[in-house]
Formats: sequence, C-alpha cells, structure tokens
Amino acid sequence: MTSLAKRVAREWLGGLGRAAMLCWETAVSLATVKPVWRDVVYQMYYIGVKSQSVVIITGMFTGMVLCAQSYFQFHRVKMDTATLAVVAVAMCSELGPVLTGLMVAGRVGAAIAAEIGTMRVTEQIDALRTLAAHPVDYLVVPRFLAMFMAMPLLTAESIALGIGAAYLVATFLLGINASGDWHEMIHYTDIIDPLTGIIKTFLYGGVIGVVACYKGLNCPQGAEGVGRATTEAVVYSSIAILVSNFFLTMLLNTLLRR
Amino acid sequence: MIEVRNLQKSFGANRVLDGVNFSIEKGQAVAIIGVSGGGKSVLLKHLIGLVTPDAGEVCIDGQNITGMDERELLKVRRKFGMLFQGAALFDSLNVEDNVGFLLRREGRTPAPEIARRVAEVLELIGLEGTQKKMPAELSGGMRKRVGLARAVVYRPEIVLYDEPTTGLDPIAADSIDQLISLVVETLHVTSVAVTHDMRSARHISQRILMLHEGRIYADQTPDEIFKSNDPVIHRFVNGIAEPIGRHSLV
Repeated sequence: MTSLAKRVAREWLGGLGRAAMLCWETAVSLATVKPVWRDVVYQMYYIGVKSQSVVIITGMFTGMVLCAQSYFQFHRVKMDTATLAVVAVAMCSELGPVLTGLMVAGRVGAAIAAEIGTMRVTEQIDALRTLAAHPVDYLVVPRFLAMFMAMPLLTAESIALGIGAAYLVATFLLGINASGDWHEMIHYTDIIDPLTGIIKTFLYGGVIGVVACYKGLNCPQGAEGVGRATTEAVVYSSIAILVSNFFLTMLLNTLLRR
Repeated sequence: MIEVRNLQKSFGANRVLDGVNFSIEKGQAVAIIGVSGGGKSVLLKHLIGLVTPDAGEVCIDGQNITGMDERELLKVRRKFGMLFQGAALFDSLNVEDNVGFLLRREGRTPAPEIARRVAEVLELIGLEGTQKKMPAELSGGMRKRVGLARAVVYRPEIVLYDEPTTGLDPIAADSIDQLISLVVETLHVTSVAVTHDMRSARHISQRILMLHEGRIYADQTPDEIFKSNDPVIHRFVNGIAEPIGRHSLV
C-alpha cells in the first residue's frame, strides 16, 4: 500500500513538474521566438469561429433559464424588475466565463489533445524535431496564443447573448416591465462584473491550451493512449477551471472592489 | 563524422543498449542490422538526439550532443535528415508542404525557390505532380518516398533511415533501396540505415554493423557478413530461428 502511494505520488509530482516545464518552455518560446501568425490565425479560426455555435447556445439558454428561475422567486416578493439585474451579474462574473470555459475545454481541449497525441504516436512529433522545429514553437505556442485571444471574445459573446435572450424571455414571455427591468440591470451591474469575467477567461484560455497540449505531448502509445489523453485533457482542464474560479472570484473581488 | 562511445540505455529493467561503440566516417553508407526489438531504432534515435542515453556519448563532427538541451539540438539536427519507419508525414499538410517544411520554417528561401526544389526532388523520386496530394491519398511506398524527399530536400550532411523497406512489397522495397543508393551517390551524404532486411542492407551499405544483445557484435563489409561462419551472424543473415522443442507446445 505504501509503495503504491509512493508510486502514485511520484507520478503525480512528475506530471506536475513536466507541466511546469511546458509552461516555462512556452514562456521562453514567446519571449525568444517570433510566432508564426499564419498558424495562430488558423488556430483562432478553429478555436474561436468554430466554437461559436456551442458557446452561443450555452450562453443563450443559460441566460433564459436563469431569467425564468429568478423571476419565479422574485415574483413572490414583488421584485420582478430585479430579474435581469441578477441575470446580468451572474452571467458577467460567473456563468459566462465558467460555462464558456467548460464548453471550450470539451470541444477544443479534446481536439487539441487528440491531434497532438496522434502526432506523437505516429512519430510526427519526432519528425518535427528532426526538421529543426521545436514542438513547443510549432504546436503549443500558436494554440496557446489562439486560446488566450479567443476565450475573452467567446465569453463576451456568450454573456451578451445570454443577457439578450434573458431580456426577450423577461419581456415577451414573463411580461416583466421592460424599461424598469433594463434600468435595474444598468443600475446594479457594475463595470467590475464584466471585467472580472473577462480577466478570468484569459486564465481559462491559457489553462485549457497548456493542459490539452501537455496531455497530447505526453500521450501514452497506442489508440488507448490517445483516448486516455483526450479524456484527461477535458477532465483536468474542467477541474482546473472550476477550482480556480473560486479563488479568482475571491481575489478579483478583493482587489477590484476596494 | 559520427562517433558513439559506450552508449547505454535501459527502459525499466530492459537493458537495450549495453555499451555501444562505433564511428562512421563522412560519406560512408552504413547499415545497422539486428533482431526486431533489439534496440536498432533506439540507437538510431540517439544519433540525432531524439532519445537521451543513460550513459555514454554521441559526437557529431566532434561535438558531444548528449548533454545538449532541445534548442541546442535543433541547430545540430539541421545537419540531419531522417526517414521514419512509417514515414511520419504531417497528415494535415499536403506533399509540397511536407517536403518543403524545413525550408519554409527557416524563412530564408523564397517561395518560388522552395517550390522548384520540391518539384526537383519529387521528380528524383518519381513522384512528380503529386505536390497537392494529402498523405492519406498515398500508398505506403509513396509515403516512404515522400518521407525520403522531405529528408533530403534541404541537402543534409547525414541521412538516417529507420527500417526503410519494412511493410513494403518487394518491388516497392527495391525502389526505395535504389533511391537510397541514388541519394548516397548524387548528394554524397553520410547514410545510416537501420534494417532487418538483409537484401536491403547489402544493397544500400558499404559497411554493416550488427547489434546483438545491446552491443556491436560485428562490424564488417556486406560480403564478409554474408560469408561469415559465425553462428549468430549466419543464423541472422539466413533467417534461421532457434529450434523450438516440441515439448514446448504440449
């Protein structure tokens, strides 16, 4: 039992060390090697444009259901016009960034880990190295930069459409006074709310990019290895998003609301 | 010049290389033979720094590469071209982009010049006009040829071949052998091929190293290897397995 615990701890710490080394290599590459912007733009298209449908649907329906649930509670205490304010604050600072992060981790994180993992098991990564191309420069940096830039944009889109859809539900389905609801939302939504959300997404983008690339680059051999790397990339980045969200909420609110 | 000194490598309890020593002069064509799983590919990957040894040294033109980090190795690897066992073509790029990959990444050669050199090398290997094809559209033999084109298009000093004829039919294997010989003759490169195909080894090399039980067991010319009376060499060259006792199936 003790030896098993030691082995698990050693593997876990080893993995953490390798992930830290990958972060360091990425930072070194960003500081010393000019990125190939054509590759970054392609990844932006793949990560950003191609993820829009899933992000839009998630944002809209989350806003709509949050609006309906808030209304059902507020209506009992005659506070109908507070509905959109609650939706806006929740979407801007928590639900927009976290749900976008989780959806992108599922769609893009899995795809990155599978693509790089397959490259590893078919010796394409070794081929890259023999062709004097560093895998971090060629594979990790374009994906990291694209994630870093696409995530805030996707999140902003998700937040805007979530609030927009909630406004339509509130006005046309639930019969809330539109101008009063809108006025309350503007009054109670601080600039810090969307700012908090957007700051979080930079970190989530980086986390998904690094975790997915790390899992792909360290993928075990065979089809099973690629499958495992893909699953772990989604699970680990999702957990990282959920855990870091709590600490970021506490930290950003402490710093920004002084 | 390639020098390997006391190279050792283990994977867990399995000692794959157990003190390998040899040197290869500039312009020589060498084949490394040995049984499957005997460490030939691992040895080849040490020469280009894809695998780090447990002990020993690999020197390329007098420069010890074993202690180098990945970015230092990138400069040394510019001297090398490598053909992988499964060709390892980048499956998201077409033939032209695969073959011209290094030249395009370096950014020193104008695009028309890259296109010209790619076309030239594709013609050399008999695949002219395939520039826009994707790797998935190519047969195994064609993929290996494209892999070879990618390995030589930037005129490296040393070309490594990992099982160049494995998985190919005899005709395709012979055409790869001919291409390797052509590359050695026309480009005057140092050539190191790992193979267990004895016909191929005889065809493409001037010297054969036999890896056996983690060490270089023989270092001879192809003729000497084929005429050898040494039981280990004789059995390998003629494909004679250890007799299996009938009781082992009972």
